[in-house]
Amino acid sequence: MKFFAVIVIIIVLGFAGCLILPWWSIALVGFITILLIPLTPLRSFSAGFIAIFILWFLSSLWISSNNNHILAQKVSLIILKMNSPFLLIFITAIIGGLIAGLGALSGSFLWTAFQKNKVE
Amino acid sequence: MKILAFSLAAIVTIVLIIILNSTLVLPAPLGKLLSPQHGIWQNAEPVDKDFSKALHFAGLKGNVNVYFDDRLVPHVFAEQENDAWFVQGYLHAKFRLWQMELQTLAAAGRASEIIGSKALDHDREFRRLGMVYAAENSLEAMEQDPATKNQCDSYTAGVNAYIANLSESELPFEYKLIGYKPEKWTNFKTALFLKYMSYDLAGHEEDFEMTNAKNQFSGKDFDLLYPLQSDSTEPIIPKGTVYSSPKFNVIRPATADSLYYKDSSAINISASKPDKENGSNNWAVSGSKTLSGAPILCNDPHLGLNLPSIWYEMQIVTPEFSVYGATFPGASSVIIGFNENCAFGFTNGGRDVRDYYEIKFKNKSRKEYWFNGQWQPATLRIEKIAIKNEVPYFDTVAYTVFGPVMFDPTFYKDSFVSNKSYAVKWSAHDASNDLKCFSLLDRAKNYDDYKSAVNFLLTPAQNCAFASKDGDIAIQTQGRFPAKWKRQGDFIMPGFDSSYMWQDFIPQDETPYQYNPERGFISSANQVPADTSYPYYLGSDYPMARGYLINKKLSAMNDISIKDMMALQTNTEDAFAKMAMPLVIKYISEKELEKAPGKYLQILKAWNFHDDATSTGATVFNVFWDTFEKEVWLDDLEKIKGVKSMPSKTTLLENLLKDSAFKFIDNSHTSEFETLPDILTSSFNIASDSLQKIEAAGKLKWSDYRATHIDHLTKLPALNRSGIISGGGPLTINALKETHGPSWRMIVSLTQKIEAYGVYPGGQSGNPGSRFYDNFIDRWADGKYYPLWLMTAGEGQDKRVKWTMTFSGS
Repeated sequence: MKFFAVIVIIIVLGFAGCLILPWWSIALVGFITILLIPLTPLRSFSAGFIAIFILWFLSSLWISSNNNHILAQKVSLIILKMNSPFLLIFITAIIGGLIAGLGALSGSFLWTAFQKNKVE
Repeated sequence: MKILAFSLAAIVTIVLIIILNSTLVLPAPLGKLLSPQHGIWQNAEPVDKDFSKALHFAGLKGNVNVYFDDRLVPHVFAEQENDAWFVQGYLHAKFRLWQMELQTLAAAGRASEIIGSKALDHDREFRRLGMVYAAENSLEAMEQDPATKNQCDSYTAGVNAYIANLSESELPFEYKLIGYKPEKWTNFKTALFLKYMSYDLAGHEEDFEMTNAKNQFSGKDFDLLYPLQSDSTEPIIPKGTVYSSPKFNVIRPATADSLYYKDSSAINISASKPDKENGSNNWAVSGSKTLSGAPILCNDPHLGLNLPSIWYEMQIVTPEFSVYGATFPGASSVIIGFNENCAFGFTNGGRDVRDYYEIKFKNKSRKEYWFNGQWQPATLRIEKIAIKNEVPYFDTVAYTVFGPVMFDPTFYKDSFVSNKSYAVKWSAHDASNDLKCFSLLDRAKNYDDYKSAVNFLLTPAQNCAFASKDGDIAIQTQGRFPAKWKRQGDFIMPGFDSSYMWQDFIPQDETPYQYNPERGFISSANQVPADTSYPYYLGSDYPMARGYLINKKLSAMNDISIKDMMALQTNTEDAFAKMAMPLVIKYISEKELEKAPGKYLQILKAWNFHDDATSTGATVFNVFWDTFEKEVWLDDLEKIKGVKSMPSKTTLLENLLKDSAFKFIDNSHTSEFETLPDILTSSFNIASDSLQKIEAAGKLKWSDYRATHIDHLTKLPALNRSGIISGGGPLTINALKETHGPSWRMIVSLTQKIEAYGVYPGGQSGNPGSRFYDNFIDRWADGKYYPLWLMTAGEGQDKRVKWTMTFSGS
């Protein structure tokens, strides 16, 4: 349950943070969330990754669908050299997930560094 | 140990963020770029986006309502005129900011700031041409006129109101992709944009090329190759017009024959040139020739075709006037359009207003140059060119009595001469308030208003067509033209002798014009403005095919409808080919053609002389004639050292029609003497080889062969539009080429309720993520039009209004 709660919190804070902060605030969100609600390193990374993967995947998919993928087709040709809006959406989600996951992992390591007992 | 794990994770996170936030490792900042709330996803505009909005700006004096129709064309209704210009600036920025800024950066020689040192040569050339100097001079003239200054100030404030409220997520796509931010707009940037148009339209010259040719050929041969006027030209102002004796007598320098034409050294400098075909068509027919009894005005300016388009369509309504038409993002006013009383359109004047003078400096410091028998001080202007990721480049440009020394040994590498310097004299350097012409036309009520408006247009020179509800039609070949002696400025002139300078400008009232002519129409298609009885030298190198055909057609037409005008504007008849083909058929030796060439000759013979999209004859003719031209000229032009220029298509044809034994036909490389049948036949055999390859690639149909594409200004293929299927060719009225052609087609019938049609190859939004980015292209390619809605004040509830944007003061 705690794992899923962390995911939901990172999704909400990740979205809110990006309203006012730069895109890399998702790393801070992962980091701080885990400091407050600690998980093991592996679970922390997973929670951060899954949360922002879902957020970025769904939001870019939503935006692109409403756009009939006009821009995603062009940008995928520029960046990926192939016409694939879905691959672009997937890569978007991977990048977001990776950065948030790494932030969360850092948070987990920092928290354990100051703890004697093993976290669950 | 655990601290180490944390440090490692934190470092990896931070390094990855830095990589994904910059272009240090990746070509684009992928994280920043793909963040759904910041990056390019924010530019993926919903296809059902609601453009309605209520905006407040402290600077506004009254309310402004902007009604967008289903093509996203804004109809701006302002209570105060200056507010209208504010909103025009705001809308230009909202839909076209990136393009506006890029064009002004290119004009100012600042492209290196954005794309790095690969643009340094461009930047140096534009600074050395004096683009910034020219814009400074014009800005002064613009700001001295209170009305123009007010208009520009309001426009600039509107652009900046948009930029100031621009969040990171709203930044135009291209800024995100390349990774920079817009700077504030200024009136100076508008001046720079207008100079960019002057470069494009009044920057063409071939002085180095012609000087080299003149050095090689005898005077007689030179005149054969590069004649002053072609025989079949129909001047804009018809032959037989009587001109009074000139008010200004140009004095030809005493040494012109001995000195000016004798220069033995070849020059290998090539200035970058605007497209030679930057031309256009315009015409107006009087009510006596139309079905409705009201005049009709038509215009289609031919320019480089790009995305976003150079044009942005809009209507502007103030208490004083209501004008509709094509506007330039970067400048206020409607440029080509119509109001409730009249319509106006332009074609390029194309007269040579850019000349070079050879400058002799005392030494390498370039501080003094020899002029009228003594050393004169030059003014040194230091140009600092900032370069992305590199230290700035400092370029020193010497300014002389003529203008800036554009070419000197610090700038070019000439393989023939290494120490010569050339100053450029260009009419665009002189102050002018050209914008006022358009501002006055926008509110013109009648012919007199038109006359006083066009007098403000000095550079680039334009043939200004006019038609009004009063029934008047007119054309003026307007501009600021130096009064030149014959052949002045066609070659490099000596820079040490003041007698070679431009002596004066042709007085305004001696500008050739036509007002309600008996023939019932006026027209121009970049041909020579007047015949040789005009008392001033007009230069050479004017195209003639389109003008000839337009006049022929208009003379024969009566009871003209709007549909007839659409057909004429998109006409694909190739008058040149029609003139050339009898000669080809007469002299080509069919029995000497091989099998494949025989087939292509049959295609050519069956051709209807139209450059239609599916025509194979058009491809055969164009490939063949290009080959034939090269076969005739290249052996002769080889003798010219340095830069050179091929004689025009018309020159070859007219010489052959006069004399089938034209002396340049012979291939000077062979010992035999080739005749016209020999060269025609061998050219056809050579062309057939190319044609077979073209056919094998599936590109024998004219549209596939010409392969028109409309490129985004970045030239990124994903943002371009290619595979455009359309008729029209380089010499037809529908003057479509690979990347160049009719950039705005407009037809205005001046009936009581004005009926107008128009289309341009682009879309209202500059955003590649918008469905309005390129949605007009297909209709344009099909030769179809949109009705242009001159909306009136009571029509706010009309069902054509899709969105409403309101602007109010605080």
